[in-house]
Amino acid sequence: MIDYENILNPVVTGIKPSGIRKFFDIAATMDDVISLGVGEPDFPTPWQIRNTGIRSLEQGHTKYTSNKGLAPLCREICTYVHRKYDLTYDPDTEVLVTVGGSEAIDACLRAIVRPGDEVIIPQPSYVCYEPITQLVGGVPVILETRPENDFKVTADELRSLITPRTRALILPYPCNPTGGIMERADLEAVAEVLKDTGIIVISDEIYAELTFGGLRHTSPASIPGMWERTITVNGFSKAFSMTGWRLGYACGPAPIIKQMTKIHQFAIMCAPTTSQYAAVEALRSGDEAVAKMVEEYDMRRRLIVSGFNELGLVCREPKGAFYAFPCITSTGMSSDEFCEALLRERQVALVPGTAFGKGGEGFVRASYCYSTEHILEALARIRAFLDDLKK
Amino acid sequence: MDRKILKLLSKNARATAKEIAVMLGRTEEDVAAQIREMEKAGLIRGYKAVVDWEAVDTTTVSAIIELKVTPKAGLGFEEVAERVAKYPEVESVYLMSGVYDLSVMVRGKTFQEVAMFVAKELSTIDSVTQTATHFVLRRYKEMDIELHDRNNDDRSTFLL
Repeated sequence: MIDYENILNPVVTGIKPSGIRKFFDIAATMDDVISLGVGEPDFPTPWQIRNTGIRSLEQGHTKYTSNKGLAPLCREICTYVHRKYDLTYDPDTEVLVTVGGSEAIDACLRAIVRPGDEVIIPQPSYVCYEPITQLVGGVPVILETRPENDFKVTADELRSLITPRTRALILPYPCNPTGGIMERADLEAVAEVLKDTGIIVISDEIYAELTFGGLRHTSPASIPGMWERTITVNGFSKAFSMTGWRLGYACGPAPIIKQMTKIHQFAIMCAPTTSQYAAVEALRSGDEAVAKMVEEYDMRRRLIVSGFNELGLVCREPKGAFYAFPCITSTGMSSDEFCEALLRERQVALVPGTAFGKGGEGFVRASYCYSTEHILEALARIRAFLDDLKK
Repeated sequence: MDRKILKLLSKNARATAKEIAVMLGRTEEDVAAQIREMEKAGLIRGYKAVVDWEAVDTTTVSAIIELKVTPKAGLGFEEVAERVAKYPEVESVYLMSGVYDLSVMVRGKTFQEVAMFVAKELSTIDSVTQTATHFVLRRYKEMDIELHDRNNDDRSTFLL
């Protein structure tokens, strides 16, 4: 008999399981669940993009591509980030096409973190940064962002966490789950703290296209003094509704991209070929389709935020991504208790804020990647749930 | 005219002025006034449920009737089109380009009933020179709504 407990890597077995496992199991026993629990667009990939993928298959483009990605795609990525975010990269040496933004984050942390190095991770945020840091032998240092700061990273908080061992700072904006964004002035303050340090910024900008209220996304690397210390991570999943295609990219200084490409080459070989062909089309002609989706998200965003506030669950205006992050402390319950009771009593699936870090306590995440009818039905059920609580 | 309101109402006629106002970032009063105005101007002609009649009862039959019509001097197709539209059996009437002139959607209880309506009523109109009846066998999509694919959200319940 093999004693698996003893042969498995303790760093891996020590990683906490996802905070929503329990909720999966409860929901699996129910018929009529109405979910606001999914961080994934509901729109199908725009037809023209799908069709380009299909055409590439018809033409027999079914082989590996070069490790770093198709040359036309690398060029389109550079054109795109230049026209959208004022970023300049060389397609030959400063771009890597990855399997989703996640692989880019993984490769970047592997490339830069040495054992014992500290990685500053703002939370609440997407769940991958902490475990990947642990896997590469790094030490996660959590920066708790605050609702009163719109969940931004402030210069003072950042400064207080920097040590001689700090290797990297994650900037996960626009932010899942808080909807927070970092504006130019916020980023300039961060740049001021980081200048003269060797700290690398991993900027996860997967939601960059999804900002609202006339606020355009500002890329950290576009701030003076930041380009040389920033790896910009982006992808096709959220903006172009291409989650299943698994395609992302990293842009940054050549010495870092070169090492990331090496990791990618041995671990992955290359990103999916069909997806790469489709992605070229997305970057060339996707603007109109993206604008339509953003307009639709914006209407849903207003609807759900107004809905939560009317229910007495205070909800700040999320300025990016596609999540509302209302506060549920008025119910006297913890996030976890609230989500479990709501799921059991009214079959509405929300994600407790604590799934995104301890600082998420008191909040729940509600995705608005759903039709307005679906959102209204969910809000009506939450109203009924809250009414029952008051009785 | 307010295209954004029209677009939202054409997707969901039950959306309230308040909901629309929230979604568009406007006031409820403004949206309600716009809707009233568009109703008065005849831009909004009604609010109806999209019913899957086949699921309700299997004895409903629909047909699309192609009519060839001799246009009248000075009146063109107007007179006959308006006359056809008056029948309660007729759901819709369109003037078409191509090999025939009017496309008429007719609903009845049986194939026989629809066929007799065409024979007795439509084909006896003076200027109608020819009819062709095509019965609807199955409906897949009605007013933008897919009738048989009710839950095509294949996403999971939770995803972080």
